[in-house]
Parts: sequence; structure tokens; C-alpha cells
Amino acid sequence: MGFLDIKKATKSYGSVRVLHETDISVEEGEFLVLVGPSGCGKSTLLNMIAGLEEVTSGDIAIKGRSMNGVRPADRNIAMVFQSYALYPNMNVAQNMAFGLEMHGIPKPERDKAVAQVADLLQIQPLLDRKPGQLSGGQRQRVAMGRALVRDPDVFLFDEPLSNLDAKLRVDMRTEIKKLHQKLGTTIVYVTHDQIEALTLSTRIAVMFGGHVQQLGTPKEIYDNPANIFVAGFMGSPSMNLFPARVAVENGNAIARIDLADGAAASLPFPPGNAMAAHDGRDIVLGIRPEAITDEDGADRNSKAIHRIETRVEVTEPAGSDTFVVANLGGKEVTGRFRADVDVRPGNTFPFAVNMEKAVAFDPKTEQRIG
Amino acid sequence: MSMTATRRSGNDWLRDALPKIVLSPSLAIVLVFVYGFILFTFYLSFTDSRILPSYGLVGWQNYSRLFSVRAWGIAIDNLLIFGSLYIVICCVLGLALAILLDQKIRAEGFIRTIYLYPMALSFIVTGTAWKWFLDPGIGLQAVVRSWGWESFTFEWIKDSHMAIYTIVIAAVWQTSGFVMAMFLAGLRGIDNEVLKAAQIDGASNWSLYRRIVIPQLRPAFMSAFVVLAHMAIKSYDLVIALTGGGPGTATELPATFMYSYTFTRNQMGIGAASATIMLMSIAAIMVPYIWSELREKK
Amino acid sequence: MATNASANVIRTGGGARFVIYTLLALFCIYYLLPLYVMVVNSLKPLSEIQAGGMMSLPHEWTLAPWRSAWSTAQIGVAATGLKPYFLNSILMVVPAVAISTVLGALNGYVLTKWRFTGDTVVFGLLLFGCFIPFQMVLIPMARMLGLMGLAGTVPGLIFVHLVYGIGFSTLYFRNYYQQFPTELVRAAMIDGAGFFTIFRRIMLPSSGPIAVVCIIWQFTNIWNDFLFGASFSDYDSQPMTVALNNLVQSSTGVKEYNVHFAGAIMAALPTLIVYIVAGRYFVRGLMAGSVKG
Ligand SMILES: Nc1ncnc2c1ncn2[C@@H]1O[C@H](COP(=O)(O)OP(=O)(O)OP(=O)(O)O)[C@@H](O)[C@H]1O
Ligand SMILES: [Mg+2]
Repeated sequence: MGFLDIKKATKSYGSVRVLHETDISVEEGEFLVLVGPSGCGKSTLLNMIAGLEEVTSGDIAIKGRSMNGVRPADRNIAMVFQSYALYPNMNVAQNMAFGLEMHGIPKPERDKAVAQVADLLQIQPLLDRKPGQLSGGQRQRVAMGRALVRDPDVFLFDEPLSNLDAKLRVDMRTEIKKLHQKLGTTIVYVTHDQIEALTLSTRIAVMFGGHVQQLGTPKEIYDNPANIFVAGFMGSPSMNLFPARVAVENGNAIARIDLADGAAASLPFPPGNAMAAHDGRDIVLGIRPEAITDEDGADRNSKAIHRIETRVEVTEPAGSDTFVVANLGGKEVTGRFRADVDVRPGNTFPFAVNMEKAVAFDPKTEQRIG
Repeated sequence: MSMTATRRSGNDWLRDALPKIVLSPSLAIVLVFVYGFILFTFYLSFTDSRILPSYGLVGWQNYSRLFSVRAWGIAIDNLLIFGSLYIVICCVLGLALAILLDQKIRAEGFIRTIYLYPMALSFIVTGTAWKWFLDPGIGLQAVVRSWGWESFTFEWIKDSHMAIYTIVIAAVWQTSGFVMAMFLAGLRGIDNEVLKAAQIDGASNWSLYRRIVIPQLRPAFMSAFVVLAHMAIKSYDLVIALTGGGPGTATELPATFMYSYTFTRNQMGIGAASATIMLMSIAAIMVPYIWSELREKK
Repeated sequence: MATNASANVIRTGGGARFVIYTLLALFCIYYLLPLYVMVVNSLKPLSEIQAGGMMSLPHEWTLAPWRSAWSTAQIGVAATGLKPYFLNSILMVVPAVAISTVLGALNGYVLTKWRFTGDTVVFGLLLFGCFIPFQMVLIPMARMLGLMGLAGTVPGLIFVHLVYGIGFSTLYFRNYYQQFPTELVRAAMIDGAGFFTIFRRIMLPSSGPIAVVCIIWQFTNIWNDFLFGASFSDYDSQPMTVALNNLVQSSTGVKEYNVHFAGAIMAALPTLIVYIVAGRYFVRGLMAGSVKG
């Protein structure tokens, strides 16, 4: 049993089920990120933890105590909203103290707690201002301050950074991470931004269509996606996926990709790869862009670098790297080259494919094979 | 079900029910005093009630008598004349004034204030002012004659064929400014870029309004129609103050008919029947409108 | 109001502008004429009106018609002037407006922030109640007021206006609170605030503008009402509109037009003042009440 347990929780609006049986157990001090495309049920799950939405069936427990029928105020949680939800008629200090006031904490203690948190977040100069007089980033801090003051068991964040501009978003991301490391609080954090998910979390739950698709550490999710959805959703640019067929030569598995001109490209899996058991099977081969590089940029430690020549269609310089789009078997493939490599659209160029990083999925079930 | 869910105290119950408890007095009041009363009056319209409610059922007799009474026929005819003129003139005038006011007019706010203030007045005040202004003995006719045009005649208010039009005049005066405000709001909501595009396409001002602006005012027309039709059917105060329903019964409207049959002529059954018909006609306009507004909001 | 959208684009020439201004000015005269007639004739002796001088300024200025209308004119059976009826109207309007505004605010709060299945139906029922022809409720209401011992009294009128005013108040506050961010309410719930605390500490401080609109609307409507006043009041509880009508329609003696006009202005003044002071909110109220449900 964990610190926060979600046990077979479902949610339906009328006959529409928006969250299917969900089991997640969060340890104390964990940073769990719920990530997924819009409408997948992230906020719904978060609101159920908060007690703002009732659980249709199943249970949510915090510190072993079932939360069914417990008011949001009595769950000892705090929440940071996407719009920050600062009370417009109260100043920053009053905003932060409101929750304590409602819980009957005497004024001197409230003031002390507010001062402490204001110090931590460096918002002391703002305490007398009204929310309308704050910038977006300042509001964000105050919203976090309001949550911190309560010293809750669990922090809930619903897309707290999505209203900030790109630069501020990155800064605040770092700051939230620092806060988590410093305070060691338990956090459930909703976002649809997979980079936020990867950088902040200790564990990620990838959601789609009301189902948790995969639950794991950022590394597990990134390197070993459980299915095509997770593979495609996490990572930017997203993973290259192409239909292929497994062939076995000398006991080693090879992925064969049919090319447009009737020929076939062969990409051998590393020796001893379990794909050898699937001779003749149709698969969807997944390779991340960083595993498709120019030859000199290839990972020196990999034992399965395979060279393949193909025509470059588009190059997209992105500063530190250049993304190169080529055509393989009628499908677009994106590779990640070092910025100073001289590739030009229209030329044929050798690509180095790191097959150690390749994954395979069943084309029908979309689940991971190997 | 978990342990805590079954162990809920009365306090929890009260807390959960509180919003509904707060809403319930209003709902109860409306259920009794609006819908209960509607049913009661509806029931009375099938009884032999005279000076007081009585509960002997007489079937459709009140309705058949209602439609054979001359005064009701006059009231219905008047409502059709008054209603259609009132709605059409208010819309035309309101739209024209709105378009004129939308031409970057200096002192627009001031002019708008003048056009709209009649809406703040009671119909009794409006009726009193127009009653004496249209009175041939002292009003417009007397004034024009005193200016030297001895043969000038304007006696509509005393003429049983024309009196209903004086009600249109006063009612239009009271409401047209408001219709103007509705159209003005509609005009202000139109996308600037569409107009610019049309102008670049070479549209003249006239065709700009006719082909692009006015068609986009459809929602404003709808709202104006609903508001005006509803006011027309309910018109009572103005008639009482301006003509008292006269001369004779020349300006009787359904609302005045209902009142006099119920309370002065002691024909409560017929009065109830006439009220029922008024309700039906308003419902025919309002129910679809409210329905569509509530559905949109979802 | 918003910016001159179409006018920014549509340009009119000098000649056309002259025509436009002339037309606008003519309509100003049209709308102001009755007010002018009321004012000038309330300040002149009756003989000047009878002599066909309705449109001219008074030769002899006098306040006598005002004094008479206020305190001595014959209203129905008593020569009390309009003063007691003016007071009746005030006594009726203030509580009716206050209570219906508070109830409307609470209803709007429940209907938007504590939603439950069937809340739209409840709102639809409340809303339709605003638009029924009141002829439909006159008969049972007269009996009900009798049963409650409120027949012919000012409290009775207050009650009637309350009952038929709730729908509009609720409409205003519901539409306003619908725009109010629900996340704020949720944040307050998590902070531990209950139903009334949220209303008082979070919703009410932001409700100023709509409260003004609602109060103006209810004030104007209830002050200007005639039907309920005529149906449910006695001689001593009549509101201003009914008394004014009695004054004007009285068939005995000479028609004192100047007194009638003075009385009419008195009946109009409170709502006119509200309109002039808070015209912006008045218009918004009209629009919200009748345009957008
Ligand atoms: N009150 C409601 N009634 C019916 N369906 C609802 C209701 N609230 C949410 N839903 C549905 O539940 C699903 C999940 O909604 P939710 O708000 O959890 O999505 P989300 O993952 O947070 O998306 P986003 O990234 O857009 O915030 C959506 O399909 C939504 O349409
Ligand atoms: Mg969401």
C-alpha cells in the first residue's frame, strides 16, 4: 500500500465512461505526472483525487484512509489550477492565508506560515498586491505559495504552466523541480506536455481515452514504450514508425522494410535479440530520431549500428542539432544529425541506424513485442 | 461502498443538500404561484364561476361564449392591428435610428440617452402625457388651430375607428428607442473585417447594409420580435391610461377584456378563458425562444 | 458600448452627414416632445392650457400645480394629493427589490456553481414565470392574498412583486455567475470554505455590477407596475401609478391638466433619475433581461 492509492477508480458521466478502471499507487515523496492528449481524462482523475468529482466506482485512499465521501477540504491536499484561481478581491497574503483561516488556524500562525512560504518563493514584495496587479509568472508563484502554505499531504497540479510563455515555462519547470527536491512532497501533476512530464516526474502515467496506457519511470516510458500510442506521444520529434517484416538469418533477426521500387531495406537487430523468435511476423518498427544519425554522430558504444543510404528530403536546422527528413519505403523518417554535418535536400546520404534502440510492435494490437 | 461512505453523519447530509435547500423556497413559490395558479385559472375557465370562483364544470361553454362576445372579437382584431403595427414600426424605426447613430456621430451617448429614456417611464405616465397631447380640446389640434390653421383636425383618440392607432403611436414612442439599442448592439457586434473586405470588393454603402450588415442582424431581429410580441400581448396599462379601452370598446385589448370581464362584469369563467388564451399565445412565442436559449448555453 | 465597428469602415460624405444629423435631431424632438409638454404645462395656470397654449412656455410661471398634485389634489375619495401614494410605492419597492435581489443572487449561485441534475429544468421553470401574462394569476392571487391576510396591504404587494420578480433576478445572476470562473469556487472548496462562505467571500465581492443591473431592473419594473397595484391594493395602499391614474381619470369637476402633468412627472421622477444616473446599467439590464436568456 502506498501513500496515495487509486484503486480500480472509474468515472462516468451518465452512460459515458470517461475514466476506465485505473490503478495507481504513489509512494510518499513521489512526483507522478499524468500526461496525455486533451480529453483523455487527466483532469478528471486529478479532480477525483481532490474530491471535486465523485468517484463512480472504486476507491481513492490517502495514507491508507479511504477518501470516498470526504470533502476536498478534509483530504489535506492542495491544488494549483491552470488559471491559478486566485481570489480576485483578496491580496496575495490573504489569498495564501485563506485556506488556513478556513481551517481555523489563528492569525499569528497564519502570518508566520505565509511569511515563511513567501520567503521560500521570494514573493514577499507582492504580499499586499491584488492578483490583478501581478504578471502571469507572479500569479503562478502565488498560486504555488497558496498550496505550500497549507503543508498538505499531496499537492495536485492541473497544467500549472500552460498559461505561461515558453521561456517562463522552462524557468518555472526548473523551479518546481527544485522545490520538490527540497521539500520532498508528494505531487500529482497533470500536463499534456511530454517534455514537462519527462523532466519533472519520478514516474509518469501516460493516459489516452480514459485508460492508463503505461505507468513507469521517465526512462522506462521513453526507452520501452508499452504500445504505439505511448511511443508516438512521448518524445519530440516523435518516434519513427514503419511497417516491416521479421526475417531470421544465421539465428539473428532482421527487420525488412519494403521500399517503393520493389526492393527491400534490411535492418538487422542486435545479435541475440528476442525478435529471432518471430520469424516472418509483420511488425511495426519503432526507432527514435536520435537513433538515426550521421555516421560520425553514431553512438560508439552501440554494437548494432547499421548503415543505410537514402535520399534526403528536408532538413530542419534546430540550433544544436539538425533534423533530417528522408524517405524510406514510402514513409518519412526523421533523423537527428549534428548541426555541422553538411546534408542538403535532394542528395543521397548515408544514415547510421542504432538498432539497439529499435523497438517492435504488433501492428494489430499495437502492443510492444520486443 | 467503503466504510466512510456508509458512516455519513446528518451534518454531511445537510451540507450536501444545502444548495438545494437554498433554491427550494424560490422553486416552491414559483411552482405554487405561477404553475399552480395557471392550473387553477385554467380549471376555472371550465367552470361556471361568476363573481367568485365556483367549481361546477361547464365544459367548453366559456370558450364558445368568449368567441361569440363582440368585445372579445374587437379585442382580438385590435391586438392584431396594434401588435403588427407596433412590431413593424418599432423594428423599422429602431433599425433606422441604429444605423444613423452608428455613423460615428458626435454626442452619440447623449442622443442615445434621449432616445431611450421613455423606456424608464411607467406606461401610466406615457399614457397620461399622450392622452392630453392628443386630446382635440387642448392638445395638438387646439395648438395648431391657435397657430392659425383653423380647419386642422386630429381627433383619432375620440374616433372609435382610429383610436387604436393612438395606442400604437404612444407605444412606439415608448419602446422604439429600446429596439434601437438592441440593433445598435447588434451592429457593434459585426466583424469589421468582413465590411472592409466587401468594401474592397466595391460594395456601395447601401448594398453594404442591405447585403451584409442587415442579414447579420438576424438574432437582434429575433430578440426584438420576441420582446415586442410579448409586450403587445400583455399591453394593459397603456390602454387604461390613454383611452380606458374606449371610446366605447374601440380600444379593448385581450388584457383589458380579461380584467373587466373578471372583476367588473363578474364573468370570471369567461375572464379565465380569455386569460388562458393569452397565456397560450405568449407560450407559443416564449417557449421555443427560452428552449433554444437554454440549449445553446449547454 | 463597444467601438463603432461598422462606422470605422463605412464612410459618409458631407451632404449625407448633414441629412443624418438633421434626422437624428428631428427624432430627438420627437422623443423629447411629451416630456416638454409635461414639464411646461405643469408650470402654467390651467387657463393657459385651455386657451390652446399647450406648446408654448408659461406666460405666468407657477408651482401651484405641483403643490396641488403633491398634497391637495382629489385622488379617488380623499383630497390627499399623491404624497401618501408616493410613500406607499417607496415602502413597496425597497423591500421587494432587496429581497428579490438577494434570492436571485443565491439562486444564480446554486444554478451555476452547485449544479445538479435537472438544474436547467428548474431554471427554465423560473424563467418562464417571468413572461406569463399576469392575467393568468390575478384570480387565484387575489384569493391567496385574502387567505394570507395580506389583501389590500402594502406587504401583500411586496409579496406579489417578490414572487414574480424572482425569475428575472435569478436570470441576471445566473448569466453573470456563469462567466465567473468555477476554478475559483473549487479552489475555495479545497481551502475549506463552505457553501455560504464561498458565496460571501468569493462570489459577492465580484457581484457589484450585476447587483446594480438587477436592482435597477427590479426597481423600474416594480415602481412602474400598474396591474398588480390596481388589482391587489386598497385606497390606503395604492402605489403611485394607480393613484396617478385615478387622478387623471377622475370624472368629477374640471380637468386640471396642469396638475395631471405635475403628478405624472412625480411618478416618473424616481425611475428617470435612476436612468440618468445609471443609464449604462439600465440599458445593460434591459438587454440582459430581454435579449439574452
Ligand atoms: N461534466 C461533464 N460531463 C460530461 N463529460 C465530461 C464532463 N467533464 C468532462 N467530461 C469529459 O470527460 C473527458 C475527460 O475530460 P478531462 O477534463 O479529464 O480531460 P483532460 O485530459 O483534462 O483534457 P485537457 O487536456 O483538455 O484538460 C472529456 O472527454 C470530457 O469531454
Ligand atoms: Mg484538463
